[in-house]
Amino acid sequence: MTDLRTKEAIRYLGYGKHAVDEGTLGLISDSFRDLEACAAAKSIYRIFECEHTGENELKIGKMNITSRSLGRNLKGCGSVVLLGATLGTGVDLMMKRFSLTDMAKTVVLQACAAAYLEEYLDQLQEKIGEELRQQEKWLRPRFSPGYGDFDIHHQKDILQMLDTAKTIGLTMTDSYMLTPVKSVTALIGISDSDEKCHIKGCESCGKTDCIYRRN
Amino acid sequence: MSIRERLGRELLFFDGGMGTLLQERGLEPGELPEVWNLKHPEEVEEIHRRYFEAGSDIVLTNTFGANACKFHDDNWSLEEVICAAVKNAKRAQEQGVLDGRETYVALDMGPTGKLLKPMGDLDFEDAYRAFAEAATLGEKNGADLIHIETMSDTYEVKAAVLAAKENTSLPVFATMIFDERGKLLTGGDVPSVVAMLEGLGVDAIGMNCGLGPDQMLPLLKAMRRYTSLPVIVKPNAGLPKQKNGETYYDVEPERFAATMKKIVEEGACVIGGCCGTTPDHIRRMVEACKDHPILPVEEKEDTIVSSYGKAVILGDMPLIIGERINPTGKKRFKEALKAHDMDYILKEGITQQEKGAHILDVNVGLPDIDEVQMMKDVVTQLQSVTSLPLQIDTVDAKAMEAAMRIYNGKPMLNSVSGKQESMNAVFPLVKKYGGVVVGLTLDEQGIPSDADGRVKIAGKIIEEAAKYGIRKKDIVIDVLTMTISSEKDGAKVTLEALRKVREIYGVRTVLGVSNISFGLPKRPVINSHFYTMAMQNGLTAGIINPSSEEMMKSYDAFLALMGYDENCTSYITKYAAQAAAEKAAAQVAGGNGTLRIAGGNGPSQPVGTDTGNTLTLKYAIEKGLKEEAHHLTRELVKTRDAMEIIQQELIPALNVVGDGFEKGTVFLPQLLMSADAAKIAFAVIKDVLAESGAAEEKKEKIILATVKGDIHDIGKNIVKVLLENYGFEVLDLGKDVPPEFIVEKAIEEEVTLVGLSALMTTTVVSMEETIRQLREKKPDCRVMVGGAVLNQEYADMIGADFYGKDAMQSVHYAQSLFGTENKV
Repeated sequence: MTDLRTKEAIRYLGYGKHAVDEGTLGLISDSFRDLEACAAAKSIYRIFECEHTGENELKIGKMNITSRSLGRNLKGCGSVVLLGATLGTGVDLMMKRFSLTDMAKTVVLQACAAAYLEEYLDQLQEKIGEELRQQEKWLRPRFSPGYGDFDIHHQKDILQMLDTAKTIGLTMTDSYMLTPVKSVTALIGISDSDEKCHIKGCESCGKTDCIYRRN
Repeated sequence: MSIRERLGRELLFFDGGMGTLLQERGLEPGELPEVWNLKHPEEVEEIHRRYFEAGSDIVLTNTFGANACKFHDDNWSLEEVICAAVKNAKRAQEQGVLDGRETYVALDMGPTGKLLKPMGDLDFEDAYRAFAEAATLGEKNGADLIHIETMSDTYEVKAAVLAAKENTSLPVFATMIFDERGKLLTGGDVPSVVAMLEGLGVDAIGMNCGLGPDQMLPLLKAMRRYTSLPVIVKPNAGLPKQKNGETYYDVEPERFAATMKKIVEEGACVIGGCCGTTPDHIRRMVEACKDHPILPVEEKEDTIVSSYGKAVILGDMPLIIGERINPTGKKRFKEALKAHDMDYILKEGITQQEKGAHILDVNVGLPDIDEVQMMKDVVTQLQSVTSLPLQIDTVDAKAMEAAMRIYNGKPMLNSVSGKQESMNAVFPLVKKYGGVVVGLTLDEQGIPSDADGRVKIAGKIIEEAAKYGIRKKDIVIDVLTMTISSEKDGAKVTLEALRKVREIYGVRTVLGVSNISFGLPKRPVINSHFYTMAMQNGLTAGIINPSSEEMMKSYDAFLALMGYDENCTSYITKYAAQAAAEKAAAQVAGGNGTLRIAGGNGPSQPVGTDTGNTLTLKYAIEKGLKEEAHHLTRELVKTRDAMEIIQQELIPALNVVGDGFEKGTVFLPQLLMSADAAKIAFAVIKDVLAESGAAEEKKEKIILATVKGDIHDIGKNIVKVLLENYGFEVLDLGKDVPPEFIVEKAIEEEVTLVGLSALMTTTVVSMEETIRQLREKKPDCRVMVGGAVLNQEYADMIGADFYGKDAMQSVHYAQSLFGTENKV
């Protein structure tokens, strides 16, 4: 039985529904083992009020956002979790090292690191969700800058609002790329109603012919 | 009395948190707290005053983020902010210190909020400039000292310390943020931090933020174990906790004070608080601790070198310094240096680490290259792939200084000699930047032929170093290995000198071991035995080739024999596996380019392949079996023509895999496994051709680069591997490459195809700009582009000649452009 993160890594590698060869499966399990040893996952989150100030207009803390897709994602949410997470610089260094000696391993490691980070975020979200459920509140799917029309430039606001450089060592370059590379920032809407079967990020995307698509 | 005179002799008290108190007064998340120095000076001053009233001797200005990298405000300049900040603290000092005690205002310098290169995009010298500006302004406005704090990266703190020391005459304190395992966010540990900061000459060292007082206690012990400096401890009011998405700290003032008392008992002599602590915490802390005596600050004798990630202590157990990054006598390495072939040099580093080196010697001296620049490049690049400390090996003082400045950690230096001129050049650098320096026992008269003469020079070197304040622990002595074929007693003298310098001075030692056998056949026989003898006579670190099996056998055996390898665990792990591998290899039938596969977890078993139950090279490459490809190629070249192997085995295999990839039946990892296997086969063939004197066919050159602002280079690296496999020469310019540099290289190297990669919309602009400049200055150059954010439409819009949806398409485009469809 293949575990979830392995399945996700295979999906990121573009296998779709095809069977995976033994060699790649070996690299995947090696990569997860290397990540367990090398990743230093850290996260920080805070809850902010979310005002719906107009059609596709939102105000979260000091951040004013215009985005149709985020507006839809956060519809009906009065507050929102802002979070940042990173696997740390060790993973970047490891990938750089392998890229000199073993590109196949590097590519698999990259996919596994993404799956590892998503798994870590799922667990974190689960934990935050549990705490909120006691107050009759429910979480929406995560949404990150760069998804849909949610401008990547909000990366900067999020990092500042969470003070991520100091708290978890998460920074960005002048081009708004997160460093360390294996990092995520996201918003998670907090809603007063439990909307069952809320589709996850991948399935909600309009690009139905994507080779990385989950279903 | 100046703070330097009081430091380490009496207990001094810092203040507590600032940010948390400003938040209570209405500072918004994401708002720059430094702006409050001007917007709400009365609030800032009041917080400072309350700390002075509570008993703080040192109060930090509200300038944590006041540096050009982090502070950007439309209304106020950095100068105004720092000036106001120091004034606020000074006013508070006048009003808050009522008992006449002497107090100090420290300019607070926190991190830039950016990650430095090579992990991030901030240049070391840009970080340096930002800190230099803040430090200069702090001194100009009357700060009494500079306190660098909450640093999580050794490289950044190095930039800050150098900036403070080179641009001001103020005392410099530095504290880092550790996690509960005693690690920095960037991986460094306590001894690595201590080694580097002591080397840079800070006045006091310590830890702040991140943890509460209880968690800092064990870290304080670790720090005291290594440091000869006064130690600062500034914990948060406990570990940060979260409730309803808010961070809070819950260690109350009384409990905080009680633990801080224990911290004083453990040897801290400057204490205060960080996040979540209040004037009340500080008052209680001062009350609980003020009459408590402090422990004396003791000199430690460990010889430590470090990198960003780890410290290596040169102690009783012998260590290995890898000698391979050195062009002397190595044709291929010289070529790599001349061609700036960084990959080759980096691989030498990685291999030595894998083979067991603890420190890597770096020598890039060649008559016709710019050694200063090359040394900087190699040191920087090596530090992005290995965490081993480096030994900077050069006779050029300029290259040495340039490398020491940008080195992330406390380096080892090779070398200084007993010549006055050498000591005059090297010791000031060691004093300024820190380092462990190898002292060669030769002087103006040359190398003494007897042991006592060399011992005497060692004494002179140690003595001269002491005049600069460089301690004996930072000198390791090399009594020099003489060639026995020309000097009968060469080995005996060296061994005697080795013993004597250990006995007389108690210093650590190094030796370049392999010189002993120069001019003799089967050199490893002599080298490995001499190596054992040297270790037995007190050699701390042999400069050797860790890829040499004989040398490693000597080393591993010595460790096992002398009790350094507990239960012989390392020996057993390594050699039991080797024995098993040898046995397995014996079961593999070789010859004629066929091979049976040894099953990973069972007896040798044949597999079904395209030629029955034996394995062909074509099949090995298709399946990405690297070891088999290597072995099979070595067998095949004995009986078949090199070109024939390429045409009949390699090309068909690559075609099968490439076609499969495009049809969607072979996937990226498999494509790359095959590529890696093919690369190995090509390397074997290339060696054979070189030996036979056949001229290598001229290859078409292609430039690849990830565009400026973009730090994701995996896509570019994939394309590179494939293009190389299909017989192209790739000039890899790396990531975050400015358009001008790409154009310059294209012109210089007469390249007619450039491949550009970009991941995000924010960096496609750089791609567009690069294309624009290429069109203008190198119009005959074609440009192919790729990357996650691109598609055909986008590529057309920015004027690219070709959009490669995947790596294979780039290969096809290059082939069609150069008309090399059937070549590799």
